Amino acid sequence: MKKNKELKEVVDQAIAQQKVPHVKLNKMGPNSVNIDKLTKPSKETRQEYWGKGLTYFAILLIIILVVSIIGFVGGHGLATFFTDHINPIHFLTSSDWDPGEGKNHVGAAAMIVTSFAVTLLAAIVATPFAVSVSLFMTEYTSKKGANFLQSVIELLVGIPSVVYGFLGLAIVVPTIRKIFGGTGFGILAATLVLFVMVLPTITSLTVDALKAVPKHFRQASAALGATHWQTIYKVVLRVATPRILTAIIFGMARAFGEALAVQMVIGNAVLMPYNLVSPSATLTSQLTSQMGNTVMGTLPNNALWSLALLLLIMSLVFNFLIRLVGKKGGK
Amino acid sequence: MNDVITAKNVKLSYGDYEALHGISLDFHENELTALIGPSGCGKSTFLRCINRMNDDIENIKITGEILFEGKDIYSPKTDLVELRKEVGMVFQQPTPFPFSVYNNVAYGLKLAGIKDKELIDQRVKESLKQAAIWKETKDNLDRNAQAFSGGQQQRICIARALAVKPKVVLLDEPTSALDPISSSEIEETLMELKQHFTFIMVTHNLQQAGRISDQTAFLMNGNLIEAGKTEEMFIAPQKQITSDYLNGRFG
Repeated sequence: MKKNKELKEVVDQAIAQQKVPHVKLNKMGPNSVNIDKLTKPSKETRQEYWGKGLTYFAILLIIILVVSIIGFVGGHGLATFFTDHINPIHFLTSSDWDPGEGKNHVGAAAMIVTSFAVTLLAAIVATPFAVSVSLFMTEYTSKKGANFLQSVIELLVGIPSVVYGFLGLAIVVPTIRKIFGGTGFGILAATLVLFVMVLPTITSLTVDALKAVPKHFRQASAALGATHWQTIYKVVLRVATPRILTAIIFGMARAFGEALAVQMVIGNAVLMPYNLVSPSATLTSQLTSQMGNTVMGTLPNNALWSLALLLLIMSLVFNFLIRLVGKKGGK
Repeated sequence: MNDVITAKNVKLSYGDYEALHGISLDFHENELTALIGPSGCGKSTFLRCINRMNDDIENIKITGEILFEGKDIYSPKTDLVELRKEVGMVFQQPTPFPFSVYNNVAYGLKLAGIKDKELIDQRVKESLKQAAIWKETKDNLDRNAQAFSGGQQQRICIARALAVKPKVVLLDEPTSALDPISSSEIEETLMELKQHFTFIMVTHNLQQAGRISDQTAFLMNGNLIEAGKTEEMFIAPQKQITSDYLNGRFG
């Protein structure tokens, strides 16, 4: 007891001498230490548990969601092969698409070819433009100009795909019809529409890639007597290549998955495309245009799910490619 | 003794702020000049004026003359690319490009339009030898230059700067990012190379300036306080403030 008293005196004296009063010590003298409180979890600790629990819950929910989507699409998509006994090789290689009750005409080759053709062509056309625009934004124009262009590009990203499709239908298709004859619908029209759609995606990612090239590379190159263009061509683009490739793959993933705008200009005839201006159909356009016309659990419906499964697998492949290229660039 | 570079009353300002208040200094052929001074005194800024690396900065204004072999490098007739082939630069951080050692060193040569493979091979080998990095790189010229250690990378950068046979090499604190052993290796390399090249080096390390430079220039707050032979300046500086700095009273 005596000791406690002495201690209290010392503490009180110390507090009295302090110029800036100690908030906690003023309230809590040496006698009022609450043992119970110290041995129980505090409010902050409970908050910690709560926060952790909340994030785990959210993650669990997302995992369940992803697994069930893959399970559902996979289950229905594979039903074509297991329940309806369609040969998967036939599905991938035949271009005879007319699924109906009792008919086994489930060949997706025409759509697969069209999907890839449209995607690749759009990427090939868009990449030079995207890289040039990004170079202009990062290397040549002022900050103000770059900011202005950036907002223009963001605007392009924000335009709904149905608007792009409408524009394609109203402008691109008639123009192609005039120049090449035929209906005007087809891969060329889809490519042009997709070109405009993926351009902002590839551009903004390429801008990031070019900005990530360290400044000292440019300086070192300039100090060796390189012109601005030589520096860009020999150093900046080379250093940024892995990330530019990632940008292109992102653009391709977007083009591959785009449904509505493509459906409006591709012609929607499931035929093997024999040239760029003949009506055709992609995996996505076929899905959007036919999904309302089938009955759940029947072959035509299952066949559409198979197309969806194919799209899912392709998006996984694109993801995998992005990671692969990113890893190589990281080295 | 020939003066390779002569700076006459060089003033530099960013907008309203004047960073260099008129610096006049001669740089002699085949000598190493050290620019010393406290942080922010303008020594790096001055160094970068000599190969016009400051040109890209916005709102910058440079007056006065810098003569390289008698010609004003700030005259409108000067070809920047040509100038930088004559006046090379090595930076504080090693900056090898993420290519092979060979392509790094050959970079300047290829820029200069040299296509003769044999000549490039020969120059690459020679420069790597000059920069004292040939032993470490001769068996793996195809290896990515960034896979080497910091000191080795810096010597690859020196080799890269030497490959185009410049008259002058500017060194912006070339050893400050390196460990003591790598630093001393670079110093030895520079001592060897002094016979063939003119070096201008910014350094924070006074002992290093004392060890390897022939001429020392002391800058403070954008002014050239004192310049002269290194031994004379380190033993008997003319001004009190130089003496104080060299003795570590400030800075």
